[in-house]
Amino acid sequence: MFISTSLRIALNALKANKMRSLLTMLGIIIGVAAVVIMVAIGSGASAKITAQIESVGSNLLIVVPGATTAGGVRMGSGTVSTLTLADAEAIVQNCPSVARVAPVWGGVAQAVYGNQNWSTGVTGTTSSMFAIRDWTLTAGRFFTVQETKAAAKVALLGQTVVNNLFGATDPIGEIVRIKKMPMQVIGVLAVKGQSPRGDDQDDAIYVPITTAQKRLFGTHLPGLVRVIMVQAKDMNVMAKTEKEITDLLDQRHRIVKGADRDFSVRNLSEILAAAQAAYKTMSLLLGSIALVSLIVGGIGIMNIMLVSVTERTREIGIRMAVGAQESDILTQFLIESLVLSLVGGVIGVILGLTGAEIMAAMSDWPVLISWQALLLAFAFSAMVGIFFGFYPARKAAHLNPIDALRYE
Amino acid sequence: MTALIDTRNLTKIYRLGDISVKALDNVTLSIGAAEFTAIMGHSGSGKSTFMNILGCLDRPTSGQYLLEGEDVSNLSVKQLATIRNRRIGFVFQGYNLLRRTSALENVELPLIYSHVPAKERRMKSLEALEIVGLSGHEHHQSNQLSGGQQQRVAIARALVNSPSIILADEPTGNLDTRTSFEIMGVFRRLNSDHGITVIIVTHEPDIAAFTRRHIVFRDGQVIEDRANEPRIGS
Ligand SMILES: Nc1ncnc2c1ncn2[C@@H]1O[C@H](COP(=O)(O)OP(=O)(O)OP(=O)(O)O)[C@@H](O)[C@H]1O
Ligand SMILES: [Mg+2]
Repeated sequence: MFISTSLRIALNALKANKMRSLLTMLGIIIGVAAVVIMVAIGSGASAKITAQIESVGSNLLIVVPGATTAGGVRMGSGTVSTLTLADAEAIVQNCPSVARVAPVWGGVAQAVYGNQNWSTGVTGTTSSMFAIRDWTLTAGRFFTVQETKAAAKVALLGQTVVNNLFGATDPIGEIVRIKKMPMQVIGVLAVKGQSPRGDDQDDAIYVPITTAQKRLFGTHLPGLVRVIMVQAKDMNVMAKTEKEITDLLDQRHRIVKGADRDFSVRNLSEILAAAQAAYKTMSLLLGSIALVSLIVGGIGIMNIMLVSVTERTREIGIRMAVGAQESDILTQFLIESLVLSLVGGVIGVILGLTGAEIMAAMSDWPVLISWQALLLAFAFSAMVGIFFGFYPARKAAHLNPIDALRYE
Repeated sequence: MTALIDTRNLTKIYRLGDISVKALDNVTLSIGAAEFTAIMGHSGSGKSTFMNILGCLDRPTSGQYLLEGEDVSNLSVKQLATIRNRRIGFVFQGYNLLRRTSALENVELPLIYSHVPAKERRMKSLEALEIVGLSGHEHHQSNQLSGGQQQRVAIARALVNSPSIILADEPTGNLDTRTSFEIMGVFRRLNSDHGITVIIVTHEPDIAAFTRRHIVFRDGQVIEDRANEPRIGS
């Protein structure tokens, strides 16, 4: 009963000073808007990354040449690949936790069809690659085992390549020249969109690994591969899978205990962590803006409440003269600053949601709005209201009734 | 029988830097239940200081103030607020109503702080407004009423919680003679019909004439205390 009365008094006091109240709330409004945008971006980013991990498969490992540790004397230059097709074969045959492997060898080449040409990454691999990455076709078929063995002149195109070379023409069965080598298009890959790092995954050509090695990007050592993608049978045995691969390759590459390895096994979450770091920086920036604005807003509230207490000293005196307790006065002014900060919070949430929508529309920052974010924003503004409203409210409550009544 | 109000050597000293002013100097007084008393004296004689202490708005520097036998001088801030709320109604010279607030809401104020439910609050307040002759004005904003009407609202607010004492410090100080007499008529009715102890401060003999006892202050001391045959009619 008393709360509702105080609430009405507070709302009337705010209405009586609309402009002043709005200016006071500005800090809170900006702070809360920043919190909303920050959380929207943060959770949007992590939702996107999680989705990407799941789409690529969280049970993916990548074996790359080169040591995990930087420095130390390594054979040849660090860029020389030490992984071979035979390593890939050995992994799938000898590691019980491994489901599939896909070796990769490729480069950048120009593809020509008719009078159109397009430069893009050409990746040699096996059809396991598409199973591992859960990638389907919109038309045609994948490479057969025979084609992979025989270094067949066949290619799969990503949608971006199709758009640039063929326009409206159906590419299936057509011949494209890749590095002047005529190749038959046997399939078009489903649209995959951007990678976590922001590259267009559809701007790619895939050929059998042997074709890449023998016909397109010749190697000085036969069978060399750039990376080996490995899919574990289960995402719960990643560590075990990693160890099986490491032990096997140690043995195959004759790495003695304690020496630098000439390969390393990475998992996808490490790679995606880099993407996450970028979003974190953005969140941190917005977080600092939010914090500063909330503090500034809080000080604004404290200031205006102190003014209000002074202006209404006589009113406080009257209330005390008719029997208001200190706690009644304290509650009244606390509710007033709470209303001030919460109204600011509501405006801030609306502004934040609008800002998040605009950001989502104008850039490719992923945005996700959750009720937790809104709750967090309200909690923040309520905390600011109570924290910074307490001192003025206490000052009002501790006034001496007769002094307050005499105040002019 | 203990008096309703009993002061013993009540003293109030104001210190302003080096000089100190003795606003009340050993005032010993008794006022019984249902008395109708006027406190008079020159400006600065300590009348308001005395009333503020009786009203529990201020504390004495020394001496005792017994309210219905209970020593009020040492009560906590909280207990004093409760006394102001339940047992004493205070009427000021300047009305002291909340601005931009209706007559009814002003009268309801003491009931809000004694946590009376809304319905009952409204009923009691309308009743109090009727007693002071303001029925029909309950929804007027306080600052849209005349001085006399504002003072009636203030009296309604003072009596709404059924106090045993109403203290009025120069309640007619801002009003013309006719309105002053009307207001005094209200106090007289509260005293005679409702049995409320009424103490008013006034400079004017015409106003004091309504009461049955005159106490005169000078320099913080009581110099005269006599009975009076109240004037009838207004
Ligand atoms: N808050 C105060 N601080 C200092 N001195 C005060 C204060 N209040 C009153 N006094 C002094 O105490 C004395 C008594 O004041 P008080 O207000 O009680 O007089 P009063 O009889 O009510 O006068 P008036 O008829 O003018 O209202 C005066 O000398 C006054 O100056
Ligand atoms: Mg006075």
